[in-house]
Amino acid sequence: MTEYAIDVHGLNKHFGDKHVVKDLSLRVRRGEIFGFLGPNGSGKTTSIRMMCGLLTPDSGSGQCLGHDLSDSDAIKRKVGYMTQKFSYWDDLTIRENLDFVARMYQMPRRREAVDRTLEGLGLTSRAKQLTGALSGGWKQRLALAACMLHEPQLLLLDEPTAGVDPSARRDFWEELHRLAAQGISVLVSTHYMDEAERCHKLAYIAYGRLLAQGTADEVIASQSLATWAVAGTRLAELSQLLHGQPGVAQTVVFGGALHVSGPDGALLEATLRRITAGQPVTLTQVATGLEDVFIYLMNQSADNYAVPA
Amino acid sequence: MSRWFSLARWWSMVLKEFLQLRRDRITFGMIIGLPLVQLTLFGFAINTDPRHLPTAVVAGEHSEFTRSYLAALQNSDYFQIIGTLPDQAAATQALVQGKVQFVVHIPPDFSRRLVRGEHPSLLVEADATDPAATGMALAALGQLAQTAAHKDLNGPLAALQPAPPAFDVTVHRLYNPEGNTQFNVVPGLMGVILTMTMVMMTGLAMTRERERGTMENLLATPVRPLEVMSGKIIPYVAIGLVQSTIILLAARYVFHVPIVGNVGTIYLAALLFVAANLTVGITLSSLAQNQLQAMQLTMFYFLPNLLLSGFMFPFRGMPGWAQFIGNLLPLTHFNRLIRGILLKGSGLVELWPSIWPLLLFTTVVMGIAVKFYRRTLD
Ligand SMILES: Nc1ncnc2c1ncn2[C@@H]1O[C@H](COP(=O)(O)OP(=O)(O)OP(=O)(O)O)[C@@H](O)[C@H]1O
Ligand SMILES: [Mg+2]
Repeated sequence: MTEYAIDVHGLNKHFGDKHVVKDLSLRVRRGEIFGFLGPNGSGKTTSIRMMCGLLTPDSGSGQCLGHDLSDSDAIKRKVGYMTQKFSYWDDLTIRENLDFVARMYQMPRRREAVDRTLEGLGLTSRAKQLTGALSGGWKQRLALAACMLHEPQLLLLDEPTAGVDPSARRDFWEELHRLAAQGISVLVSTHYMDEAERCHKLAYIAYGRLLAQGTADEVIASQSLATWAVAGTRLAELSQLLHGQPGVAQTVVFGGALHVSGPDGALLEATLRRITAGQPVTLTQVATGLEDVFIYLMNQSADNYAVPA
Repeated sequence: MSRWFSLARWWSMVLKEFLQLRRDRITFGMIIGLPLVQLTLFGFAINTDPRHLPTAVVAGEHSEFTRSYLAALQNSDYFQIIGTLPDQAAATQALVQGKVQFVVHIPPDFSRRLVRGEHPSLLVEADATDPAATGMALAALGQLAQTAAHKDLNGPLAALQPAPPAFDVTVHRLYNPEGNTQFNVVPGLMGVILTMTMVMMTGLAMTRERERGTMENLLATPVRPLEVMSGKIIPYVAIGLVQSTIILLAARYVFHVPIVGNVGTIYLAALLFVAANLTVGITLSSLAQNQLQAMQLTMFYFLPNLLLSGFMFPFRGMPGWAQFIGNLLPLTHFNRLIRGILLKGSGLVELWPSIWPLLLFTTVVMGIAVKFYRRTLD
């Protein structure tokens, strides 16, 4: 038994002449919930597909649950993969879909497992409905339950909670933590900050390149940003004013306050004091949040890697 | 065993396909409706021995001989005399316009020269653009001259009767003595309809999964290519046999095609043929990127089958290379099988030369299908 559920290094993937994933190295420990973040089109889905054998990497190597990436048959048996786009059969009923999955993995006591899942979802009474008739959020919940049906050791979840309501999301994350406590590993991609904060570890990818990896605190610390909260009125105008000033990397509105971040704390403070002098606003230095860091990373990578059109 | 082929997984594929098929009303209706419509259309419409072809006469004279000859034409069923035309110009025009298929020219002094023993000629102009349409009628013409002459040239004119040929040829038309086109077309239609529906339905099977995004899910499970492909094929085997039954019933009770051979042998042949077509469909399905491409590939496969299999045109009439291609197509062999069984009552031993090509074809194509099955989304 290796210590890592996922241990890949130097993965590359091209589509035509588009380099979609660049030298991706990633380690997910057993029993760890690993969050995978990045802007749209950054290569999250592509990376996940390479890890469960649905795409062949152009170069790079690695292991998944102790099996080499090329041994995708062995990996598939032990991995639960939830696709980003709903991929169960609309013209089968809910029970038929679950039953099909259970048969595919040759589960012993299939019927019990399906019944349990239906009950857990609260869909027992609707088991005979066609899956296509479910609402988007319910489809998502069904897909999630279906990919966990065969009790996999590793879950690869591609935006599992997109479109799911807050209370179902909370249930889902509680379930994930319960599974992780049992030693099941999870790689989950998401665009939600609150979910990112619930992960044990995070990776941030942009333009196919892994930009930061570690616990939330480590990711925040790695960029050593200083952030100030500006409270007051006419924040939108202020934001405009601050744009491009020395030491100011970004401004983000958070509720009633404007978060201004920059890599050089002293310079940022000086700029802020100069610009806001005489205005009815209060300045407070705050701890830099994950979202500040992600937005910073995204802007940085856009400057560094974006191919000019 | 369970690593390479699991019966349980295979069976769940089969079940899934059956369930989806049952809910797809339109497809289901097509499976029953298509053979019926095609049978009715082609069974009644196709006739390679056309009768009552419109014929006009340019009569230079009206004598007993010519009347008797024209009556013979009419009585042969091949010609229907729709009127007389004044001259050559009118005749040409009628032929060009397609108003008539034949023009019979009777020269003004025909009977006089006949009686004088000068062996005069009648001219028949035929619109021979479609050889099949005129062939049989033209073959009948010569015989008609003999008959008419025999009837009218008696008494003192008997000497003018044509001499009988030195020897006679007796023809036995076996298996279809009346030359009934339907006896040939309806069994042939069975193969055509099965080819069409089987290849098309399975052709869509895999591309549909890909287009709906469910392929990603399927690929993420441990299911093996052979399980997916053969599992998807099974429901269509059943459908193929249902269609065969519909066509056989219609052949027997609507078109009165004699069924001389063994019904079990018919179903065995149908089963072999259905399997061959399904493997083609599933292969096209793996090759095509989407359902539209799958349909186009189906047509690409269907046309040579239709034209080179001996269904449309006589197989022996084709040049060697075309016969070679024809022999590679399952429909060619099935046509021989089904006509052999239905009309000639052939048994398995006589049919073997057409059975092994089907078996070989199915095995090879299934191998290709499994090879081309894409296990990843690349
Ligand atoms: N099959 C494919 N063929 C060609 N290009 C592809 C294919 N799949 C993905 N891409 C491209 O690869 C890039 C990364 O796509 P990917 O789906 O991995 O992004 P993502 O991070 O999952 O985005 P999102 O957050 O929107 O889901 C995109 O530019 C996309 O256009
Ligand atoms: Mg994605």
